[in-house]
Amino acid sequence: MIKMEPRQESSPWMPYVSPLLAGVLTLVTGAILFAALGQDPLFALKTVLITPISDAYGVGELFVKAGPILLCALGLSVAYRANVWNIGAEGQLLMGGLAGSALAVQFTDSEGLWLLPAVLLCGMVAGMLWAALAALLKTRFNTNEILTTIMLNYIAFNLLQYCVHGPLKDPHGFNFPESAMFADAARLPLLMEDARVHLGIILALAAAAAVWVLLGKSFLGYQIQVLGRDSRAAKMAGFKEKRLVWLVLLLSGGLAGLAGVGEVAGPIGQLVPQISPGYGYAAIIVAFLGRLHPVGVTLASILMALLFMGGEMVQIELNLPLALVGMFQGMLLFYLLACDVLILYRIRWVSPPATQTL
Amino acid sequence: MMDIELVNNVLQAAVRTGTPLLLVALGETVAEKSGVLNLGQEGMLLVGAVVGFITTLTTGSLFLGFMAALVAGVLMSMLFGVLVLKLNANQYATGLALTIFGTGLSAFVGAGYVGQPVTGLEPIAIPWLSDIPVIGNALFNQDLMVYLSFLATAALFWFFKSTRGGLIVKAVGESPDSANAIGLPVLPTRYLAVAFGGAMAGVAGGYLSLAYTPLWAENMSAGRGWIALALVVFASWRIERVMLGAYLFGLASILHLVAQGLGFSFPPNLLAMLPYVATILVLVMLSSNPARNKLYAPVSLGQPFFKST
Amino acid sequence: MNSDSKLEDLPVASAQGGLPMPSRLALRGITKQYPGCLANDRVDLDIKPGQIHALLGENGAGKSTLMKIIYGLVKPDRGQLYWRGNPMQIADPSHARSLGIGMVFQHFSLFETLSVTENIALALGTPAREMKTLSRKIADVSRKYGMTLNPERLVHTLSIGERQRVEIVRCLVQDIKLLILDEPTSVLTPQEVDTLFVTLRQLAEEGCSILFISHKLNEVQALCDGATVLRGGRVSGSCNPQAETPSSMARMMVGDDTPIATEYVKVEGGAPFLTIHGLNKSTHDPFGTHLKNLQLQVRSGEIVGVAGVAGNGQEELLAALSGEEPVREGDCIRLGDQAIGHLPPDQRRRLGVAFVPEERLGRGAVPTMSLRDNGLLTGFLQGLVQNGMVQTQKTEAFARSIIDRFKVKAGGTHSQAKSLSGGNLQKFIIGREILQNPKLLIAAHPTWGVDIGAAVAIHEALIQLRDQGAAILVVSEDIDELFQISDRICAICHGELSPLRATAHTTIEQVGRWMAGDFVEDAA
Repeated sequence: MIKMEPRQESSPWMPYVSPLLAGVLTLVTGAILFAALGQDPLFALKTVLITPISDAYGVGELFVKAGPILLCALGLSVAYRANVWNIGAEGQLLMGGLAGSALAVQFTDSEGLWLLPAVLLCGMVAGMLWAALAALLKTRFNTNEILTTIMLNYIAFNLLQYCVHGPLKDPHGFNFPESAMFADAARLPLLMEDARVHLGIILALAAAAAVWVLLGKSFLGYQIQVLGRDSRAAKMAGFKEKRLVWLVLLLSGGLAGLAGVGEVAGPIGQLVPQISPGYGYAAIIVAFLGRLHPVGVTLASILMALLFMGGEMVQIELNLPLALVGMFQGMLLFYLLACDVLILYRIRWVSPPATQTL
Repeated sequence: MMDIELVNNVLQAAVRTGTPLLLVALGETVAEKSGVLNLGQEGMLLVGAVVGFITTLTTGSLFLGFMAALVAGVLMSMLFGVLVLKLNANQYATGLALTIFGTGLSAFVGAGYVGQPVTGLEPIAIPWLSDIPVIGNALFNQDLMVYLSFLATAALFWFFKSTRGGLIVKAVGESPDSANAIGLPVLPTRYLAVAFGGAMAGVAGGYLSLAYTPLWAENMSAGRGWIALALVVFASWRIERVMLGAYLFGLASILHLVAQGLGFSFPPNLLAMLPYVATILVLVMLSSNPARNKLYAPVSLGQPFFKST
Repeated sequence: MNSDSKLEDLPVASAQGGLPMPSRLALRGITKQYPGCLANDRVDLDIKPGQIHALLGENGAGKSTLMKIIYGLVKPDRGQLYWRGNPMQIADPSHARSLGIGMVFQHFSLFETLSVTENIALALGTPAREMKTLSRKIADVSRKYGMTLNPERLVHTLSIGERQRVEIVRCLVQDIKLLILDEPTSVLTPQEVDTLFVTLRQLAEEGCSILFISHKLNEVQALCDGATVLRGGRVSGSCNPQAETPSSMARMMVGDDTPIATEYVKVEGGAPFLTIHGLNKSTHDPFGTHLKNLQLQVRSGEIVGVAGVAGNGQEELLAALSGEEPVREGDCIRLGDQAIGHLPPDQRRRLGVAFVPEERLGRGAVPTMSLRDNGLLTGFLQGLVQNGMVQTQKTEAFARSIIDRFKVKAGGTHSQAKSLSGGNLQKFIIGREILQNPKLLIAAHPTWGVDIGAAVAIHEALIQLRDQGAAILVVSEDIDELFQISDRICAICHGELSPLRATAHTTIEQVGRWMAGDFVEDAA
């Protein structure tokens, strides 16, 4: 008989073991699944995890994908630390990409050095504004941020579709739903030749360092964590709840907006209907998997980027649907939540109590 | 001036569109009344939709399709239930995981079935009743699942109004500790409530792929699971208001029909935002007064229950 | 006290041959182990038919666990329970009820949004169609035992005393053989306590056994004709309270080496420091209490106590004073001659206000944070933050000094708040506030649920702070505690404050009348 027994103090090391355990369990389940689909499980796992990064281009591509995921997940980590359930990174990302594009397509012939910073800033501000809507709704009207941010995701998606089919469509583009290509001055510079990896990953790593200082060292970060763990204690101490909610939402919205504008100004180079394969949703899993800590989140975003690439590889090599990625993501989060039980409980195998005899 | 034909069509479509929302929201209301918040509705809907669709496509039976959708919904909800009720995992995060997993799973399983046709559920006009002006056509010229959703609403209303079972669900949702102290089965009640929610979401998914559309497409629920969650708040956890709300949302979702009927043309992507905007507006109207929700919301909603033995 | 060894030696098997005179309930060798705590250690207990038996012991002695075992909520690891002479394993509360065992919880097991009848029906398993009959029965029973109740009322509209009646009536509508009451008097005014005792004696005369759980010795002496005392999970003695003195029973409860409550010198205090004048506050909480025209002054160097039954506006008053719920007219609350009613908590702290809330875990301290981080929670004004950055070493030293000065038993500054016992965490929280040298300390229920050793330490710390010249306001439901430590005392009822009197010039009876809302000054 398995018995769960509460620990007196939370386990200090289980929080780090749990994501690893969840990863292993996901791999094992994945292997079983591949076998059930008639594939060689080891070859399939190799196709997911190793083939995508077996050359320099692939490694570069890993960072191309990890960048936006990391930016989104960093912001979400700060929000989740404050117990603000921002599910809206995807929408904030889309708005960032949309607004950045709206600016960039006005200057397709420009060579000004100012253009790239302006485009990035525009995307960040748009992401912040989109998150500000959720902040306003939560602090002023007391609405549940999970529902509002999800709704804002759908609205942002439709708004982007409208713009790319309408006002921002390239007038010389043969009626394809695409904007004009951006000027080079609006594009993020590449870091390597022969690969697509660009400045975005550097910006993301800088953001990780900043978040590390915020959460680990600053009094503001302390207040955020008190609010998240025990809002009544935060109120008792006089920390300003609404101000902190605004702060974390603006921060996560800004970072997600940067991720979005980084996509259009980076690898894509124009506005298209699909600028994100669900980075904003994947970032939720990354934030939890990385324990809401910048270092953990950085590692987890690289893993998640690999999963996205592995999914594409599986589609090409094994002819399996791309949706496999989403299924693995969900599975990973499930396993993580299950393994996290071990932080607060220890599992004991006990023999069933002997029936008492008198 | 809108002509009578248009009004009839719009109302009938509003009820049809509202039906999947009604089914999901009824199930989630029961789960929430027992104190469990399951954010995985969207995932359960999609899995119900794809499983129902494939079953009907292969067996040719709509009945089997709906039954399979129901079972799929229950299985999905139990994945959530075990994590949340047995392992005390965070309800928000687990619900999100269920949605992410269900979205992926349904797309994966259904990848080979996109665009295939099935014969969907046909409307059955009820003699006499369907001739009542204005509401007759809307309420009584519908398919069987719509009539079953009426029955489900009435049955749940009665369940909470005048049965001991309903009283137990409410008690467990208000204070699981008190319920445990007087010997009520807290966890079994919650498991049942969550499973019921799963069954309803599964059937609602089946309705989407077997009656409403009827076909399977990736992500075809388009946020209905989330809208249903908002609907429960809108209804203040009261069954009769869930029904009213579902039809109002149904109406908001098909306003483009009205617009077309009146000869306006709007970009379809802008009109597609309407239900989401409406959801936010409704949440604003309903949540601004915290005292109100304190009176109606199940007190222990979202809180884990620790039983000492 | 050698009773320990004698009872230990009593073999469990001796119960086998049938007890000499069948007790209604007999426990033999009941043992229950929780992780890190032996809650019950070979406990024996006997209750005769019609007996009012006290289960005595301080907080953490194992009383709650034992009664949960009797009521089927908790399974013992070892030991045997005999019901009317027969060995019995009680499976769950409904089994206990079917045997005729009823229980009145300290933290009521009621559902606020349901009616009295619905609440009782839930516990009894009454089918929905028999609700009418049950309603009538509730009305009859409550009349018979002098506990008026309207069966149709929703529980959240009832006062605390009325809610307790629902709990009691819930037991009485059945054929009751043993009634267990857990600290029933802690939520009542002294007058209500007397009424309750009349009911309990009437029940006992009818043959019902009563297990009365309490730590209040004078009540036990007034009511009970048998007592079992627990200490650290073990039976430390059993006695007839009528033949004992409160102090001899207190010794059984706390052992020889713990000091028992001392008398503190009452003082006059200096100039008025905290002034509450015409404080009105309406609440948005549908279950809350409105504050009506409150007047109160606390002088530097004195302790003022506010008595009252829970839910009469204490929470609202405390939130207005701490700044968690500021009031619009700042002038209603003054510190010296400065209006502070409109200020948020941190600004009040800057002016020398410290606050100890009622909830220790989850308001007073963040459960999952270390003691070091919990020191920072309100200590951030003590130079622990510079340029927006937390000074780790200073924060560590601050927490260290709290632990050392107030003898907090903890693994270290890294221990999580939730791992501490109630008494030690409370010492930490009060220590954290006192080390900031406050000019005004507001403490809510400073010693509820803590062991006597910690309670004495907390009282002494408060008295010492008073003698250094700080103004102290203590809100408590424990009227004995307030008489012990306050220099002046008043009571709150329905959001209104009674007159404030020097504690030496009033009586428990008078404060009891204030707690019930009777503020009319005595003719004398």
